[in-house]
Amino acid sequence: MKKLLFMLLALPAVALASGAAIHLDHAPVNLHDQGSLQRGARVFVNYCLNCHSAGYMRYNRMQDIGLTEAQIKDNLLYAADKPGETMQVAMRTANAKAWFGAPPPDLSVITRSRGADWVYTYLRSFYRDDSRPTGWNNTVFDKVGMPHVMQELQGHLAPVYRTETSEDGKEHHVVDRLELVKPGKLTQAEYDALVGDLTNYLSWMGEPAKGDRMRIGLAVLLFLGVFYVVAFYLKKEFWKDVH
Amino acid sequence: MQKLLNWVDERFPLTASYKAHLSEYYAPKNFNFWYFFGSLALLVLVIQIVTGIFLTMHYKPDGALAFASVEYIMRDVDYGWLIRYIHSTGASMFFVVVYLHMFRGIIYGSYRKPRELIWIFGVIIYLVLMGEAFMGYLLPWGQMSYWGAQVIINLFAAVPFIGNDLSEWIRGDYVIGDATLNRFFAFHVIALPLVLLGLVAAHLVALHEVGSNNPDGVEIKKLKGADGHPLDGIPFHPYYTVKDILGVVVFLMVFTSIVFFAPEMGGYFLEANNFIPADSLKTPEHIAPVWYFTPYYAILRAIPPIFGSQFPGVAAMGVAVLIFFALPWLDKSPVKSIRYRGPKFKIALTLFVISFIGLGILGILPSTPVYTLIARILSAVYFAFFLLMPWYTKNDSTKPVPERVTK
Repeated sequence: MKKLLFMLLALPAVALASGAAIHLDHAPVNLHDQGSLQRGARVFVNYCLNCHSAGYMRYNRMQDIGLTEAQIKDNLLYAADKPGETMQVAMRTANAKAWFGAPPPDLSVITRSRGADWVYTYLRSFYRDDSRPTGWNNTVFDKVGMPHVMQELQGHLAPVYRTETSEDGKEHHVVDRLELVKPGKLTQAEYDALVGDLTNYLSWMGEPAKGDRMRIGLAVLLFLGVFYVVAFYLKKEFWKDVH
Repeated sequence: MQKLLNWVDERFPLTASYKAHLSEYYAPKNFNFWYFFGSLALLVLVIQIVTGIFLTMHYKPDGALAFASVEYIMRDVDYGWLIRYIHSTGASMFFVVVYLHMFRGIIYGSYRKPRELIWIFGVIIYLVLMGEAFMGYLLPWGQMSYWGAQVIINLFAAVPFIGNDLSEWIRGDYVIGDATLNRFFAFHVIALPLVLLGLVAAHLVALHEVGSNNPDGVEIKKLKGADGHPLDGIPFHPYYTVKDILGVVVFLMVFTSIVFFAPEMGGYFLEANNFIPADSLKTPEHIAPVWYFTPYYAILRAIPPIFGSQFPGVAAMGVAVLIFFALPWLDKSPVKSIRYRGPKFKIALTLFVISFIGLGILGILPSTPVYTLIARILSAVYFAFFLLMPWYTKNDSTKPVPERVTK
């Protein structure tokens, strides 16, 4: 019953999670926090935009999060000439496939397909795994092709395993939790905040019109509320002679 | 002005049509809540056509460009996001409104003589609408578009002997590809909407020929006043036009709340997987059709294959939709409205509603042995509602129907 309820409530998430439900941390998304969005944009351009494109996103759209065109041009425009261009990467798909096994996905709408919580948890769940070609694995995305790009910030995490017995009596080693074995430049809290800003930015980038949407929506509902009163008395006036 | 009107009227029945369909179309005065959904369906149709025209101006029906063109609409076209969300919300709300409209027809016996043809036109509209929605869902070219269409088109492959050729003919390719996208676009933006408009016109002409039913199932044309108009009738305009405005405002409140505050509707109106571009090599973990098809999808999955063929399930799904056509002839009750029917019909209808909603929920969930068992029971209930109808409506106790409509 509990499972059924969970399925009903979290259907989109369930459809994505590969089979077993993975615990996801709640992402601190706040689209009104322009400081966080701007910090996230910087992290995105510095760390993600080397391999991942955001092919539907134009640089100058970042004016919506409080940056001027000059600021965008001076600080964020490495891979493009004009602020009106979309966020493309120089890496060729064929190369990417050879290096990582699969081309890195475009990130324009990644929070709309994966969900912000998934992205937030994923970026904080890389651990050392020597059996992988990159030396990295991820508790949210097993056998992921992507290496831990922000390892110098987070440091190295190593898994602590526990033994679980499945229904057929076989014993499996599963990752119980991750332990910091080599500290990075940031503390755990600072790294979580940085990933939080990045996730916030990615959420905003997934639908830059969301702020407009909410604002216009309120005005529309307010109008309809007033119009309802007018329509109500109009109907009452016309119908008073119907018995 | 009057001279101009006269000039037109001598050449075209403008005033006569206005009178026949609005100012002198006498509708029963006791319409209730359920009677809003016909005019709302017409409203949604207009919304879909208008927003669809604007989407067509920017959308590109090309396997390599389609997904990006939708995101272009969402980001770079002025108010493109609004147009797109209205259209995607409109698709789901069309089915909400149409299902409630059909339910109204069932509870008040609106399909009964002399309104069989109105009902038949209505069921055809429903069928065309399903095709329209299905083909439209492929156009964003996301993963769920692609794999949902894959599952549905593969159903045709289950038809004995000609199945494979048939599904290939529908796709225009061995797999869903550019050819499929292009033809679905053609059907979605012109072929089916044309048919739909014609059918809606026929639906309304037939309705205005025989007159509207009402919650009492009383024929108001039987009792006419000295002026020749039904005693219980009131002109559609202005009475029902002003009343429908009220319904429209409330409906738009719900509609715009979804458009502006929850356009994905938790993944039911816009699925998360559809924000990933279509990829013929990656099958999503769990493929479910959009919510308005799930009752039939559940029936499809509930029927076990025979000799390894999925055809029985496909056939059952088809029959589940087509059986609505037979409703006017399956109902043998002497009364029309649920108000004067006995307990047998009320129980049967309740069970039917439970089975329809239950199947809808099961169609979304992945199938497990327990769910499959429940789906089989509910499928049996679904069909029993129709197949046993001649029996339980004939033997039901009924209450006397009044001469005039009640409040």
